[in-house]
Amino acid sequence: MDFVASLVLVTPELQLTAAGLVLLLVAAWGGDKAARGIAIAAAAVFFVAGLQLIGPLHTGADGPDTLGFGGLLKVDSFALFAKALIYLAAIACLVVAPGFFNSAAAGEERGMRAEYPVLILFAALGMSIMVSANDFMTLYLGLELNSLASYVLASILRKDQRSAEAGLKYFVLGALASGILLYGMSLLYGFTGGTDFASVRAGLEGDLSLGQLFGLIFVMAGLAFKIAAVPFHMWTPDVYEGAPTPVTMFFSTAPKVAAVALTARVVFEVFGGQVSAWQQIVMFTALASIVFGALGAIGQENLKRLLAYSSINNIGFILLGLAVANVAGASAMLVYLFIYVVMSLGSFTALLMLRSEDGDLYETFGDIRGLAVTRPVIAWTLLIQMFSLAGIPPLLGFYSKFVIFDAVVKADLVAFAAIAIAASVIGAFYYIKFVKVMFFDEPAGVVTGKSGTAHWVLLILTAVIVSPLGYLLTPSLTDLADKAAAALFITV
Amino acid sequence: MIGIEHYLVVGAILFVLGVLGIFINRKNVIVILMSVELILLAVNINLVAFSAFIGDLTGQIFAMFVLTVAAAEAAIGLAILVIYYRGRGTIAVDDVNRMKG
Repeated sequence: MDFVASLVLVTPELQLTAAGLVLLLVAAWGGDKAARGIAIAAAAVFFVAGLQLIGPLHTGADGPDTLGFGGLLKVDSFALFAKALIYLAAIACLVVAPGFFNSAAAGEERGMRAEYPVLILFAALGMSIMVSANDFMTLYLGLELNSLASYVLASILRKDQRSAEAGLKYFVLGALASGILLYGMSLLYGFTGGTDFASVRAGLEGDLSLGQLFGLIFVMAGLAFKIAAVPFHMWTPDVYEGAPTPVTMFFSTAPKVAAVALTARVVFEVFGGQVSAWQQIVMFTALASIVFGALGAIGQENLKRLLAYSSINNIGFILLGLAVANVAGASAMLVYLFIYVVMSLGSFTALLMLRSEDGDLYETFGDIRGLAVTRPVIAWTLLIQMFSLAGIPPLLGFYSKFVIFDAVVKADLVAFAAIAIAASVIGAFYYIKFVKVMFFDEPAGVVTGKSGTAHWVLLILTAVIVSPLGYLLTPSLTDLADKAAAALFITV
Repeated sequence: MIGIEHYLVVGAILFVLGVLGIFINRKNVIVILMSVELILLAVNINLVAFSAFIGDLTGQIFAMFVLTVAAAEAAIGLAILVIYYRGRGTIAVDDVNRMKG
């Protein structure tokens, strides 16, 4: 009976698993001809799995009923919120993929590989498990399922040297991060006597022993690697530049959500009794990410590299919400996360539409000179996304930064807010460079290719959400984020 | 008498060797894969030693999972290495530099 209740809790994951296995067989038999059908089926599965989250998200889920499989999983509002966001991002990355892989942008290997949607399915399944982990074992398995699928995704264009190199770098640093995280977990296990979050938390009461402190620091370092926060960010620009653009779009959205959610869960549920031990680390990481993200982006010519630094910068703001260590901060973090995902999807979609007549992809500043004259819609939507990333009102990116700073200031951490604001002014430099290049430079006139309907729909949709119209969403978004954040602080 | 601390010291030494192997090694990517395995081995020694020490089976179950994942990880790592080698004709660490900045 208990087992059945547990299975019901993980219905979306079961659906993803079944779909992943079946579609893998279809891919094996149908070959790359079946790729489009598989992508549609995978998107449909994400949609169905996502629909089932809406009910529990609205009523809110917390308390002992959300524990499944003897406490290995915890499907509370927080997990549901993260999962909904992950599935949304996964759908977006599936719909834009055929347009990319079927054009000359994919290099020698034209045509979408049937494995791409299957790998996205498995990666998202891993993320689903990660965000609902309530035990270090579940956490590790979810994380690895996600990472292993992601390594393959990064190098999916096998004949493209940059893609292979991105996969190799991602693999080496990801494996190192997993190792560090795992070493921390083994120390925590030994010095607290359990792997489930509740008993580790109980074992960490009082003064930390040296072993416990080491465990905590190793776990934090491993997680910082996964979310690409400074000082463990060095892999991000290379992986983002080398991976095929739809995959980069995926990396900058869904795994970020999952890793941030995981970090939040670990720091609040496992280290929740030891706030003073990690608050300074997270605060330092947050500010360092904001500053490095802003400074690192300045000299970049490649737009994907630039967006990688921009994502490091945004992760800094998200961690700032985390460092506040209360419900308001966690809720602000979730609001920021949602808006960040929308902005990322929008900007990468715009990047995917910068193509030549025969489909080659452009990705440097030189190629978007005078884009406002030749392709005004792409230029304007890209501009909206960039201004929103910079946090310029009245766009929605301003609101996300506002809620974070609101939480930080209310927690009496004004000095940190001041540093973050100063750094985001520096960051505005390279976002505004887009204006200069797209609107005032002599047109390069190379972006002439047509894009599919899916790209246009996603481009316009994200631009509308980010535009002031998006503020209509904020009441319900805040409500959901509050419920999710509150669930995080209930320890059963 | 061999106590828990001896196991932990061995684990720590292996872990440090693994991490250094990744950062100091400038020759060959295969060595990096071996270093990753060393790190996971260190973790397993820790888990099993702790499990025996505190008399709780969870650590040994965890070690089983780590073993399984390590196998999958090595398979994927080698696969990526193979496609990398096909494109570049080398697996020297210093040559992994198509992208910089």
